[in-house]
Amino acid sequence: MGAKTLYDKLWESHLVHEDKNGNALLYIDRQLIHEVTSPQAFEGLRQANRKPWRASANLAVADHNIPTKNRDQGIADPVSALQVETLVNNCESFGVPYIPMDDGRQGIVHVVGPEQGATLPGMTIVCGDSHTATHGALGALAFGIGTSEVEHGLVTQCLIQTKSKNMRVKVDGQLQKGVTAKDLVLEIIKKIGTAGGTGHTIEFAGRAIESMSIEERMTVCNMAIEAGARAGLIAVDQKTIEYVNGRPFAPKGGMWEKAVLYWQTLSSDSDATFDKEVVFDAANIKPQITWGTSPEMGINVGEPIPKMGKDGIENALDYMGINDGGSLSDYPLDKIFIGSCTNSRIEDLRAAAEIVKGQKVADTIKLAMVVPGSGEVKNQAESEGLDKIFVEAGFEWRDPGCSMCLAMNADRLDPGERCASTSNRNFEGRQGQGGRTHLVSPIMAAAAAIHGHFVDVREIIGND
Amino acid sequence: MEKFSNFNGLVAPIDRANVDTDAIIPKQFLKSIKRTGFGPNLFDEWRYLDKGEPGMPCENRPLNSDFVLNQNRYNGASILLTQKNFGCGSSREHAPWAIKDFGFRVLIAPSFADIFYNNCFKNGLLPIVLDDTIINDLFESVYGTPGFELSIDLENQVIQLSNGESISFDIDIYKKFCLMNGLDEIGQTMEKKEKIQLFEQQHKKLNPWTFEDLVI
Ligand code: SF4
Repeated sequence: MGAKTLYDKLWESHLVHEDKNGNALLYIDRQLIHEVTSPQAFEGLRQANRKPWRASANLAVADHNIPTKNRDQGIADPVSALQVETLVNNCESFGVPYIPMDDGRQGIVHVVGPEQGATLPGMTIVCGDSHTATHGALGALAFGIGTSEVEHGLVTQCLIQTKSKNMRVKVDGQLQKGVTAKDLVLEIIKKIGTAGGTGHTIEFAGRAIESMSIEERMTVCNMAIEAGARAGLIAVDQKTIEYVNGRPFAPKGGMWEKAVLYWQTLSSDSDATFDKEVVFDAANIKPQITWGTSPEMGINVGEPIPKMGKDGIENALDYMGINDGGSLSDYPLDKIFIGSCTNSRIEDLRAAAEIVKGQKVADTIKLAMVVPGSGEVKNQAESEGLDKIFVEAGFEWRDPGCSMCLAMNADRLDPGERCASTSNRNFEGRQGQGGRTHLVSPIMAAAAAIHGHFVDVREIIGND
Repeated sequence: MEKFSNFNGLVAPIDRANVDTDAIIPKQFLKSIKRTGFGPNLFDEWRYLDKGEPGMPCENRPLNSDFVLNQNRYNGASILLTQKNFGCGSSREHAPWAIKDFGFRVLIAPSFADIFYNNCFKNGLLPIVLDDTIINDLFESVYGTPGFELSIDLENQVIQLSNGESISFDIDIYKKFCLMNGLDEIGQTMEKKEKIQLFEQQHKKLNPWTFEDLVI
């Protein structure tokens, strides 16, 4: 047993026990908690008279169904209000650290974790949310779990897991101008399919990944789940360490030095072998738009909508209200959503603002909204004047939360409405019943807002 | 948890790949803070013609007669036959809760999404993975035979057809054990409490920074 992958290392360093059938007890360093998948878990604790193993290893924040405007007036929907209230009460009675709704640090759980330094390299991190893979961008083993596992994790600080296989997605070369981390991950999903990573942990590697910022890496890891992988990972490098340095919950002083020494070992050995490997050339990747109802149903900007005849394509075309062989740019958009744990960080907002600056949202757009990922992102953006750029162009500038990514609050599509969205899922009804979602990068969404339909953002950048 | 015992059940087909958890139980029903009562809203957007909201009684809602589970012949089905990557998307455990609450006990597909697959076992549901060709044969049988039933023998890992044929399936031995005995996983894990404590002490020596309390 010589060379190890990063996943092997993270797995082994958290292995409490493994039986002969490969069922392992894995130690969990951090659990992130939100209002939707936790009430039944806390209820389970109460019913069985159990306590959290280490309450302060958890961090809770409400994000999924909180309002993104007029928040000072509380939550209008009584069912949502009860859910958030239940979270507050549960955290209080079980001693779980909770970031309140009116706290400047509140935001989407996957934005808040890394931002506060609650997510650290080398940790095992879980959350009752499938996009937990996001945290893998920092060299942590992070994956989404169900409510029973939330309960299991709370009580035992462990989860029963079986080790997945190792997969590497190597991205050589450099992305072109106007092509983002979002386009890269959509391209990967389009090529390997939504089940391409099933049973595997995907490590993203190669020049293109190395040259990405940590925020861009989070966008990539965030959507590993959309390729079927439970976790996405990226090796720790100097950028990772710089990103973590100084974060509120990051180690300090002597402890910092010690941690850094360890974190520097968090990469796959050069001779490690992977069960599966796929290679991409970043230079060939174009801006992506999904046309259908699964994240794998994507095309390059400008490419025609696929022809009928392939599996399941009719349902998708029908639902999306588009014709095969046509151009997506021919369909007017109704709404624009810039936000979600995929693309709501400061770099995303800066890039979108750059496109929007001095322009106006097309008259035909009913609603264009920017929902920052967290209070900190919002503050930062405001201090840079980004909010003004968006508002002057005709965007609504909202408070942080999941918002129209899953439309559990008031932000949603009406039946038949077409949306350019920077989120991660285009499933039927995801952004509102009958709503039609096209997944794109923040700059593609910004450009679409100005034109009222999809355009090739590279042409806009090129004109500069 | 209820023990899983051998049983005979009617099969209902959902001939669609990539059925995601949003389709299984739309997000508006996730606002509940309970584990039960999701059955009437299983596949809500496909099953009804109007828009379902939590707390709304379902008895008098207009049904979509095209949706397979609304057809009389599948009334009372307890086995769901479906296509690849079933349960993809959000990790919501409300999906298996709704499936169970509706009355299904077994799901059969060429593949399941990973988190969903695990969530099934934690709720007394048995997901069975079979080869594409077998799945397609089963679909034909279901369509061609009104009242098509299957017998599930978990102990011997065999599905029995009424014509005498049988299909064997694989399952992780630990998952099978827990399902058959209705075991609570937390209780099982707590039996290893000392082991966890021992590991934790070691882990703390090596990574003390991960043990800092989060103080808001
Ligand atoms: S932003 Fe969307 S994908 Fe991310 S945690 Fe919220 S609902 Fe889930």
